[in-house]
Amino acid sequence: MSDRSHRHDITELVEPKHHRAEIVFGVASFVIALILLSQIEGQTSWVKGQPFTKQPAFWSIVSIVGMTIFGTLELYFSWRRNASGRGDSILGEVAAWAYPLEYVAWFMVYVWLVPLAGYLPTTMIFCVLLACRLGYRGARMVLAAALTGAATVVIFKSLLAVKIPGGVVYEYLPAAIRNFMILYL
Amino acid sequence: METLAASIEIILRWDVFAALLIGSVGGVIIGAIPGVGPAIAIAILLPATFSLEPIVGLTLLLGVYGSAMFGGALPAILINTPGTPVNALTTYDGYPMTERGEAPRALSLAYGASFVGGIFSVICLMALAPVLAKVAPLFGSREIFLATLLGMVLVVIAHRGQNMAAGALLCFGIFLQTIGLEPVRYTTRFTFDQTWLTSGVNLIVVVLGLFALSQAFVLLSGRDDQKKPPLLEGRLFRGLWEVLRYPKVALSGAGFGTMMGIIPGVGEFTAQFLSYTLAQKTSKTPDLFGNGAPEGIIASESANNAVPAAAMIPLLALGIPGEALTAMMLSVFYVHNVIPGPNLFRNEMDFVLALYLCLLFLNILALVFLMLATRPLLKVIEIPNRFLGMTILVLSFVGVYSLRNSATDCAIAAVFGLLGFILKRLSLPIVPIILGMVLGGIMETKFRTSLPRIHSPLDWVNRPIAAVIFAIIVCAVAYHAWTLISARRSVSNTDSERPTE
Repeated sequence: MSDRSHRHDITELVEPKHHRAEIVFGVASFVIALILLSQIEGQTSWVKGQPFTKQPAFWSIVSIVGMTIFGTLELYFSWRRNASGRGDSILGEVAAWAYPLEYVAWFMVYVWLVPLAGYLPTTMIFCVLLACRLGYRGARMVLAAALTGAATVVIFKSLLAVKIPGGVVYEYLPAAIRNFMILYL
Repeated sequence: METLAASIEIILRWDVFAALLIGSVGGVIIGAIPGVGPAIAIAILLPATFSLEPIVGLTLLLGVYGSAMFGGALPAILINTPGTPVNALTTYDGYPMTERGEAPRALSLAYGASFVGGIFSVICLMALAPVLAKVAPLFGSREIFLATLLGMVLVVIAHRGQNMAAGALLCFGIFLQTIGLEPVRYTTRFTFDQTWLTSGVNLIVVVLGLFALSQAFVLLSGRDDQKKPPLLEGRLFRGLWEVLRYPKVALSGAGFGTMMGIIPGVGEFTAQFLSYTLAQKTSKTPDLFGNGAPEGIIASESANNAVPAAAMIPLLALGIPGEALTAMMLSVFYVHNVIPGPNLFRNEMDFVLALYLCLLFLNILALVFLMLATRPLLKVIEIPNRFLGMTILVLSFVGVYSLRNSATDCAIAAVFGLLGFILKRLSLPIVPIILGMVLGGIMETKFRTSLPRIHSPLDWVNRPIAAVIFAIIVCAVAYHAWTLISARRSVSNTDSERPTE
């Protein structure tokens, strides 16, 4: 039997709950703002005889001062929230932030390979390998992954003509198909 | 009349109509896939639209933007998972109706309400066009600077309970925009002697990282736990007419959506909150809200779908985007050297009207498509999450790499993807970073061009419109401070009344 009693708090949509690990964001905001604040003199120029509002550094200073004020307050409120109650594990959450690093590596390898091996072959192989890594090892899903890769290349490079260079390996192809591959695939 | 004829001529062009059709249908499909949403689709499509004419590119993006929320209601109602974030409120009443075996009714109520919201806001937009054409030229640099400041203030205020985080992220966005060559004296700012930072941090790279790559990481790191949508039995048309039985709910929702869409930095959630609260207060059956009230679905969907058209008002009239999606569209204008703002209304009214007509037709196309294709669309809801993550990862590459064929851009996007992933896990907002980057740039330019006429601080507000905007900023900040103090007092009163354990 389905649960027919649905309890919803509409304010959660406009005011999400806080996670205890938000304090890490607070610390990072505060520290980054302080580092940037300390770098203003070296990283911007000061033009003599000009008022402060016309200095090249003016908007950088405005933004960094804003970051410092809001970062400090964010840190203070996160600390106060954490001090007043228990809840989710901060370390566990911070560890979860490392999960996508593997996919960042996949992405960067893909980026590195496209100009070498060509857009179509790299994309199809990338999709198939990543699909296998994700656990989709059945023939249907592997085929779907390969087709997804091929469709992406055809739609964006062949039809919409987005600027993605041909692969270095295309140079070794017979002249008859080399140009076609470089231009469209 | 001549302008209207010229604008009709524009949208009857085959390429514009094709863009409208692909955008509308594509938007519905994208909206129906939980975990994708219009922001990701627009971010990915953005670089591809740069090679198209402005009207074609914008029509395509508008189609996706305006119709995604139609599609987003589908998984919200059938499997209790919103297709786009703004359909979350629709799950409150839509899913209980599905559990009661009333899924077709709930879906058609959502479609009908979305249609009313969309059409209402386009009509408002068209009715306001002559007024905007007169008022927009009165906005000089000072007024646009103050309007941008108002947008920033509202972005911070609108993130209730997260004001400090939103403020820090907004200022971070402004800072990102200042990196690179400064536009007046061409000195460098915060490049740390790195040549790749001299040209600054590209907005589209950041957008793709924060929206698309972060979502790919979220999906790839998660599980495939989609529910199977139930079989739809019965006709979908019934609920369409039922919307007309609740005209006050539909029109007030559309009204809130239009108002909140016009105000920069506020957006769908506030519109839905106000619309839903009012509908519940004025309903004869308030207890049914959250348990399958038709009015709940109408209030939610009419409000969220009225926002896209209304959000075009500050963008087109003043060149100020009110939220992330219109901020992305602004770059399409800039790439083609079409500068939205008062001059656009003065010189290219046919272009503006053509965009309005596109918004009108996309609502019709989306509704017709959904009435015909809801059942086949159920298949897209079943695409596994991680497979979607893989697809978004591959598509994000196209978006980032096709800009400048730069692996560095991809690395920067990956870093912002990680940042977006962390922010999403902490339920912290991403939009302030994008708005900070876009509005920060506009503010800096308008601030500099205002300076020659500013001799004392009062000169900022010595013109009527500037004074009104400044007064709104002061009132908004004062009202927000008052609500925070009141909330704090009520919490401390509750605590003091609570018996000690």
